Amino acid sequence: MTMSPNEPLLDATSAPLAPDVSEATESNPALLSRGGLVARRFFRQKLGLLGLAALLLLILAAFIGPLLDHYKYQAIDENAFLTGPSSAHIFGTDAIGHDVFAATMHGAQKSIEIGLLVAVFATAVAAIVGAAAGYFGGWTDRILMWFVDLMLVVPSFLIIAILSNKFADNWILFVLLLGAFIWQITARIVRGQTLSMKEREFVAAARYMGVSGWRIIMRHILPNLSSLLIIDATVNVSAAILLEAGLSFFGFGVKPPDVSLGTLLDQAQTAAITSPWLFYFPAGFLILLCLSVNLIGDALRDALDPSAGKAQ
Amino acid sequence: MSRKGRSLAKFMLRRFVNYFVLVFIATSLAYILASVSLDPKSNYTTRAKPPSAEVISEKLDSINANPDTPVLDRYGTWLGDIFHGNLGKEVQGGSVNDDVGRRLWVSGQLLLIGTILGSVVGIAIGAWSAVRQYSWVDHFFTASSFVILAVPTFVLAITTELLATHINQWTGHPQLIEYTGQFDPAINGGFWPHLANRLRHLLLPTITLVIGGAAYISRYQRNSMLDVLGSDYVRTARAKGLRRRAALTRHALRTALIPSITIFVYSFALIFVGATFTEIIFGWHGMGELLVTSIQSNDTNAVAAVTLFVAVLVLLAGMIQDFVIALLDPRVRVGAI
Repeated sequence: MTMSPNEPLLDATSAPLAPDVSEATESNPALLSRGGLVARRFFRQKLGLLGLAALLLLILAAFIGPLLDHYKYQAIDENAFLTGPSSAHIFGTDAIGHDVFAATMHGAQKSIEIGLLVAVFATAVAAIVGAAAGYFGGWTDRILMWFVDLMLVVPSFLIIAILSNKFADNWILFVLLLGAFIWQITARIVRGQTLSMKEREFVAAARYMGVSGWRIIMRHILPNLSSLLIIDATVNVSAAILLEAGLSFFGFGVKPPDVSLGTLLDQAQTAAITSPWLFYFPAGFLILLCLSVNLIGDALRDALDPSAGKAQ
Repeated sequence: MSRKGRSLAKFMLRRFVNYFVLVFIATSLAYILASVSLDPKSNYTTRAKPPSAEVISEKLDSINANPDTPVLDRYGTWLGDIFHGNLGKEVQGGSVNDDVGRRLWVSGQLLLIGTILGSVVGIAIGAWSAVRQYSWVDHFFTASSFVILAVPTFVLAITTELLATHINQWTGHPQLIEYTGQFDPAINGGFWPHLANRLRHLLLPTITLVIGGAAYISRYQRNSMLDVLGSDYVRTARAKGLRRRAALTRHALRTALIPSITIFVYSFALIFVGATFTEIIFGWHGMGELLVTSIQSNDTNAVAAVTLFVAVLVLLAGMIQDFVIALLDPRVRVGAI
């Protein structure tokens, strides 16, 4: 992959402070809310926009695509066993006669749903646990952080694999299970940030006015950590999609007759050399999905926190 | 012992006790969870000619996995054995100790080379990209790592396998690059052909591990190096007349390594799970494979052994990380931060 020096990466970052100055002069800054500013900075980044456009296209393809195709993902075409891509089956068919396009799109739906739900759940847990540990301190802090350490030591993959057999028919429980194992490191970061924010004037002011601890966390501390949390949620989307695909690849995640990109790749694994279309299409969709989410996350990081520089 | 040494030792002892308790609880939890959820009986009842209930019960008793025995009793027996260095028996009747010993050696070959090479390459690429920020080198590696980080390990492994078959076909040597197992048992000849055969088998899994690891570490290394490059003390080092190379390696790189070490150590368990895919796809019978096969075969003792292994790894990793950071940052030792 080649890029000329003027391409997006440079654009987004060469002078992080410059956009603010121009925004202040070219329009009335008072009219521009923080959300507006962030949106502006985001839309100035080509790679982030590319990621957003790609993600929207992928979501559209996954949810609308199957409606346009005449084959359903469980339907069997008796005239086409293990055929390569053709005009009838644009992604080809598998050994039983399933349409690979329909299966891929159906699997992608599941992967997208799982990714989004797990990310929101995990980030919410991380925010609440981290902020409570940091704000209340003392024994609350000790017990919560000790629990976080314990969760990091417990081999999550193994626990999810064992328990997922019990939740075979309920994928929402599977979502909660995935979420339960990816919030810990963020919780530690949130705790650290809360510790420093606790000493700031606006928090002290609220405390002296008699505002309760939980209310301070919800109204004053977490909103000030929103950049961190939004970025974290984005990172978690692709982490969850990859984790789900990995577990399903071993038969521990989504169970048949349900399909996800992971189960499709599991089935394609042995046939990858002789009938590569079974492997390339789900794999390509999975990679594009994660790549576009990561690009959005990266652009969001710059838009929300221009002072951090172009680090990630 | 100096005062500094004593406070460091005290700090490490405190951390060790903390980690030890965590490992104990984590492993016990996993054992009990596995005992309650897995069904070792199915290994006998699903056979074409299932043995009688008494025989099954007897067999399950001999491996301490009989569901009729209360879980806590089984846990007590298992715990007693663990403190005598005995990990119990597998469902097939073999000793878990022997199996784990064999597998550690297999995984060791793969992980030691793959992980170390991956980290070194990642740190080098990250530091280089940071020094040449916004050059084509930086853009190239940034773009590549972005793509690689979006590729799951098993897709990466299968893709390298596909590429290898193409290369083999193209060069006309069907066995130029091997992608199943650690070596060919039918190989004849002395030491050199044997070594060459092993290296041909090692190539693909190592490439898979190195690419994944390097992409991951290089992003963090680039970040921390960029932070350090802009700091006052690197400028001071240059201002006092140090050559660019010396300032970059002795002052900048050394400091910028700290976050990478932390990340590396924290993701140790992650690397282990990553190697699970690599081992299974390339047919290496290592610890990573045991993680999956033990669950699939409802082998409680093997599951517990893997858990213990991972937990001890995390403990060791955490201890090393604490030690390195305490050496580098005295504030941590005295509990100032």
